[in-house]
Amino acid sequence: MLYFSKLKIVSVIIFTLLLSYFALSNFFSFDDNFFKRNINLGLDLQGGSYLLLEIDNEPVVIQQVQNKLIDIKKYLKNKNVQFKNIQIVDNKNIKFQINENDASNIEEIFNNKDSEINPYFPKFKTHQFNLTIDSNNVQLKLSDYGLVLIKSSSQEQAIEIVRRRVDEVGTNEPNILKRGSDRILVELPGLNNPDRIKSLLGKTANLTFKFVTNNSEESFGTEKLLFEDGTEAIVSKRIVLSGENLIDAKPRMDTQNNQTVVSFNLDRVGTKKFAKATSNNVGKKLAIILDNKIISAPTIQEPIVGGSGQITGDFTFQSATDMALLLRSGALPAPLNIIEERTVGPDLGQDSINSGLISLVIGFCLVILFMLVKYKFFGLIANITLIFNLFLLIGILTLFEATLTLPGIAGIILTVGMAVDANVLIYERIKEEKKNEQNQLLAFDSGYTKSRTTILDANITTLIAAVILFILGSGPVKGFSVTLGVGILTTLFSVYFIARLITAIYVSKNKNKEKLL
Amino acid sequence: MEKKNIPFNLFYKQFNFVSLLLIALSLVFLVFKGLNYGVDFKGGTLIELRTTDKTISISDLRKSFTKMELGDVSVKNFGNENDFIIKFEKKEQLEENFIVNLKNELKKDIGDSFNFRRVESVGPKVSSELLKSGILAIALSLGAMLIYIWIRFEWQFSLGAIAAIFHDVVITLGFFSVLNLEINLSIVAAVLTIVGYSMNDTVVIFDRVRENLKKYSDIKIFDLTNISINETLSRTIITSATTLLALLSIFIFGGEILKGFSFAMILGVIIGTYSSIYIANPILVMLNVTQKTIIKEDTD
Repeated sequence: MLYFSKLKIVSVIIFTLLLSYFALSNFFSFDDNFFKRNINLGLDLQGGSYLLLEIDNEPVVIQQVQNKLIDIKKYLKNKNVQFKNIQIVDNKNIKFQINENDASNIEEIFNNKDSEINPYFPKFKTHQFNLTIDSNNVQLKLSDYGLVLIKSSSQEQAIEIVRRRVDEVGTNEPNILKRGSDRILVELPGLNNPDRIKSLLGKTANLTFKFVTNNSEESFGTEKLLFEDGTEAIVSKRIVLSGENLIDAKPRMDTQNNQTVVSFNLDRVGTKKFAKATSNNVGKKLAIILDNKIISAPTIQEPIVGGSGQITGDFTFQSATDMALLLRSGALPAPLNIIEERTVGPDLGQDSINSGLISLVIGFCLVILFMLVKYKFFGLIANITLIFNLFLLIGILTLFEATLTLPGIAGIILTVGMAVDANVLIYERIKEEKKNEQNQLLAFDSGYTKSRTTILDANITTLIAAVILFILGSGPVKGFSVTLGVGILTTLFSVYFIARLITAIYVSKNKNKEKLL
Repeated sequence: MEKKNIPFNLFYKQFNFVSLLLIALSLVFLVFKGLNYGVDFKGGTLIELRTTDKTISISDLRKSFTKMELGDVSVKNFGNENDFIIKFEKKEQLEENFIVNLKNELKKDIGDSFNFRRVESVGPKVSSELLKSGILAIALSLGAMLIYIWIRFEWQFSLGAIAAIFHDVVITLGFFSVLNLEINLSIVAAVLTIVGYSMNDTVVIFDRVRENLKKYSDIKIFDLTNISINETLSRTIITSATTLLALLSIFIFGGEILKGFSFAMILGVIIGTYSSIYIANPILVMLNVTQKTIIKEDTD
């Protein structure tokens, strides 16, 4: 156990120095581009916001099933299949009645693998809708995979919109990730106050233009909507123009009446639609509706044919800016709810870094002193090992640009405390071996050999705990599992290569000394 | 450390009784008093607030927050007299402007001289998921340890080790229940680490027991465990000492946020070290482990 080949010695030294270099590069700025790596500080250390958003998919599902119902109606009419009482039940099932002798026909239409109206997904062995026919009652039930498809496409769209909105606000390096099938994680490092982003993400930003009707009662084809101030208006359900046709929006000062407005430009289709609608309806009121609330309902003074216009309303410059931002970034496919928020201010983050580092330094010194007192020279070897262990640990975290959190720092300190265990096991074993073995070299050798399985066993148990925590833990706690787990690996390396190498050199040079340990 | 011969084994019965009592007490507390779950597991909102105006008292804050109809509000000092932790359980969905409104309300009452250093809001759905995954993590780690030690040792040993870990987890949580300390995500991390640490400690002694079983064919397990405990005692003490030194440093200097975590760990390391000696080993004796137990295994 004490023999090292030259190649091994060189590799150990190179490996150790390389990682030590990475570790130190966090504290000193070396001037080279190749090794430019840094540990990322977690949100709890650098300050920032963690937001978990959940997509409320119910309206999307309802919408999709409604669209499907319309498609099915058309399709069956084309195929000359008689049906009646077609309706949606439970928001995601379509029911209708047929003539009993059409059953096989229906079966052919909906359950064929090449079905045009009810697509089949061979990979998942399922149709979009599951068909059941009970004499003349037909039911199409949205299949699990059909639901997954709807969810993943709305997640796909939502994440894009979220990204655009966050980018528009201009925070540094936001992290926007999918979580599960209907969640989006937004990490905003360095953001002290997430209130603005939260209010931006909380809006679906569904913009529509609809005409205000002259009726005072709600009737077929109209609906009652509210202004911001709570007054009501009856508007037509027909959408003149929607936010999809917008290509740009900006806040602007209207110089005529000193009001803040949001000006917008339309795409070609939008321009045409808008020109036609405004030409035919001069004098009517056009309601501008955002997320089912009327922002304003100006009267059309003249046809708007240029493809640009402006939205008036009770805006401050800030709210006009936000409104323009929402319109530019587009509408979310479904409302988003913030289901988890964790925000740490930068001053608290700095405090945490300071107290984390202080406790690391103090804990480290205490352990080093203890080992020195206990084992004298071999304590020194253990301590040198411990220092390199720390370098290796931080070096690996840097190499993989891992995220360091406050519990992560605690994991490093804990590693410092537990890392000496392996050396202690070895030294205690060597002491025992020396009672029966006169030859110092042999005693050291068998001390290393006999303690090996124990050390492996003992470390693997902690490693298991760290891995489970890594898989199931979230946020800062995950950072703890990373440092704890990596710490075990670097401990084993530093004990079996660095400490053993130093011990081997020392012992072989002093093998004739009376008492070595 | 010179070779010791402390008769640990003479007190197996007494300490087993103490342990059983502590476990029973802990279970009673856990069942009837329960744990003080933080916002991670219960849902709700936590705000760490710092004031720059020394005249703002804890009761001013309490009054102001109670007015806002947030459900159960608790206001506590956090570390020093200018830092406060405010916790409340708001049942409904979090609105996006909730925190803004809260700040505005608070400004009306106590003025401008405060800031929110930390805000944690966890919805009911997320908190129940976190609780589930926390319990799953602890259960899984126990299971994984059981499997590992089963592969490495004989079943008697794995029973002893698992009993020791179970003992540590229950009593640590019992302490948290008695002292009404908050259980949050970092406590789950602490419990898992305790599981790892206690296992580590037990494995070192067990390894020695197994070695000694091969070495001394004529010594009964009752004395053999004692020899093994003594032989590994100096290592046990040194490792516990260095680990505790590191943990004490976190507890004292690591700031308020790590207090609960480091306290749980300190408790766990002490209990874990004790259980490796007084739970794991007596079980080997009870199960009457003999030289045959491991020889059979070796010839398999």
